[in-house]
Amino acid sequence: MGKQPAAVVGVGQTHHRAKREDVSMAGLCREAMDRALEDAGMTLDDIDAIVVGKAPDLFEGVMMPELYLAESLGAAGKPLLRVHTAGSVGGSTAIVASSLVQSGVHKRVLTVAFEKQSESNAMWALSVPLPFNMPVHAGAGGYFAPHVRSYIRRSGAPTHVGAIVAAKDRQNALRNPYAHLRNPDTTVESVLASQMLWDPIRYDETCPSSDGACALVIVDEDTAAASPNPAWIHGTVMRSEPTTAAERDQVNPQAGREAAAALWKQAGITSPIDEIDVAEIYVPFSWFEPMWLENLGFAAEGEGWKLTEAGETAMDGRIPLNCSGGVLSSNPIGASGMLRFAEAALQVRGAAGEHQVDGARRALGHAYGGGSQFFAMWVVGADKPTN
Amino acid sequence: MFHFRTMSRTLSAPVTVAFDYTRSTGPVLGRFFGGLRDGRVLAARLSDGTVVAPPPEFDPSTHEETAELVEVSTVGTVTSWSWVPEPVAGQPFDRPFAFALVTLDGATAPMLHALDVASPDEVSTGMRVRVRWAAERTGHITDIACFEPAGDSDEGPGAFPAPAGAVDPVTGIVTPVSLDYTYAASPEESAFYRGLAEGRILGQRCPTCHKVYVPPRSACPVDGVATTDEVELSSRGTVTTFCIVNVPFLGQQIKPPYVSAYVLLDGADIALLHLILDIPAEEVRMGMRVEAVWKPRDEWGTTIENISHFRPTGEPDADYETYQHHL
Repeated sequence: MGKQPAAVVGVGQTHHRAKREDVSMAGLCREAMDRALEDAGMTLDDIDAIVVGKAPDLFEGVMMPELYLAESLGAAGKPLLRVHTAGSVGGSTAIVASSLVQSGVHKRVLTVAFEKQSESNAMWALSVPLPFNMPVHAGAGGYFAPHVRSYIRRSGAPTHVGAIVAAKDRQNALRNPYAHLRNPDTTVESVLASQMLWDPIRYDETCPSSDGACALVIVDEDTAAASPNPAWIHGTVMRSEPTTAAERDQVNPQAGREAAAALWKQAGITSPIDEIDVAEIYVPFSWFEPMWLENLGFAAEGEGWKLTEAGETAMDGRIPLNCSGGVLSSNPIGASGMLRFAEAALQVRGAAGEHQVDGARRALGHAYGGGSQFFAMWVVGADKPTN
Repeated sequence: MFHFRTMSRTLSAPVTVAFDYTRSTGPVLGRFFGGLRDGRVLAARLSDGTVVAPPPEFDPSTHEETAELVEVSTVGTVTSWSWVPEPVAGQPFDRPFAFALVTLDGATAPMLHALDVASPDEVSTGMRVRVRWAAERTGHITDIACFEPAGDSDEGPGAFPAPAGAVDPVTGIVTPVSLDYTYAASPEESAFYRGLAEGRILGQRCPTCHKVYVPPRSACPVDGVATTDEVELSSRGTVTTFCIVNVPFLGQQIKPPYVSAYVLLDGADIALLHLILDIPAEEVRMGMRVEAVWKPRDEWGTTIENISHFRPTGEPDADYETYQHHL
């Protein structure tokens, strides 16, 4: 028996900020959940199961937060699952939730992902020195900067391409009332003038540290019939690979390439750039836009930066990327992947407000995590899938 | 005993992970902590009529945010308990004590806290206990230092629960976390670190794909087989790619700016992350040839830090083609 159709009928997110000192972790999750439920026209009593995602526990120092959150999330008496795949977790969590519906196990699943970065220090948590090892680690930026340098060398991209991405996403964020960073003055020039943090990555080319949450209500075909604008799930995929291996391609990872190929096949897509109307991809450092354009098959290897440089990833371009402002404008780590999936759903539901791409019918949501080793993606569409 | 440890196949060392987390309490727990600061215990009156302290943030039946708080007594009854004969760091006492579930008068559910008695003979289910407040109260669960026996005092159930009245909420608390681990290197890594203690860099070759891993792994990540053939590597290599770290951060051990680089040692098939010095950071290049600079021998241990850093050899840069498949 094949998969049952499933659709997103409720989307909710918090106003992402550096510090949400007005709410606890439970309150943050409920803010997103209650908005998703309202959007879906449901209450927690209508929900069959809850799926929670968040990044490493050291980020908030609460071991298995789902235990203490269970009651507040309305999970008492229901199945409660927690998903954990580092930065990609928001995407993986949405996929686990959708699989519970696609498998026919549940009809109405609520999924929520969150991070409260203000309670800790992610840079510290990612750089704890270990005995016997060289203490040269410097957070996520320190990890990814050498691979960005490799991309620039391999592709021959001009060095201002990263700044184009950062300026575009910060301008897009001004159209998203939930975005954390709201810097109307950000331009390519101002990004290039910002401090070099992890050379070759500049301050304005990095994501912020945010508190925030995102929630989705994912339902079966019968339940979706009541929704005026369901976002149908056309394909989901997850792939992983080792963090390090001899001659591992860190710029264009095999797991990401194979995940994308499998996703396009599932969704019946042969030319992603022509058939996907808008994409939300996980870009925590600006250069990952051209890198993932290639990894996902929107551009040939070494050519992704040309789409960015030509303005084709802007809202009015051939493949609008991160119209919400993306991870570069809001980064509650555990929720960042789910926000990509949620924004893709909003686009095909025609509910993205000021950052809506006119007539978007099919959208990609993408997340990655760890040392570019976990990938999670989905394609959602305005039409019920025929495959 | 010491002899046995030195014969051990693996190296281990202590590591402590510690951070003072800054929690936002939210409105419900914020009022509870504010109550503690004022010497009062506040509870939630839930939709099913139960009175629970500490208050749940959301009502388990209606899922609405808890609205009504009431004040309960600081005297209550032990409903269950457990003896702690050997307290560990971070517990309320450094002498034996009990953890007790105490239902405060006016509440319908118990709360967990420490009970200060000298022996398990002095605690029993049904005994009456009272809050012993901390000398200084800050708006934290530790404002209740512990419970203590209430004896035959005439403090009865009284008029609890009572209206909570106004309370100035706490907005945040600090919760220090400190975890002590024993970090254990794998047998293969241990051989690598012991080699370093002799000034040697040891890798292992996968018998299937013939790639040389340094540090060696328990298994080749591609083929899944044990990497058994030991290979001694050169202390010279090529910088494949790198990052100049300009950003200071909590816990950082090297003063920025510094160059964190992947060094592909001659004879290895995977690059090692290390530090590049003895050259201005802005002059470090992909393809630059470097060599290990060892610390004085009397400072050596079983650690990669025996190599202080890598420095340029002065050789011409390696051709891009020789390392491009390592990017």
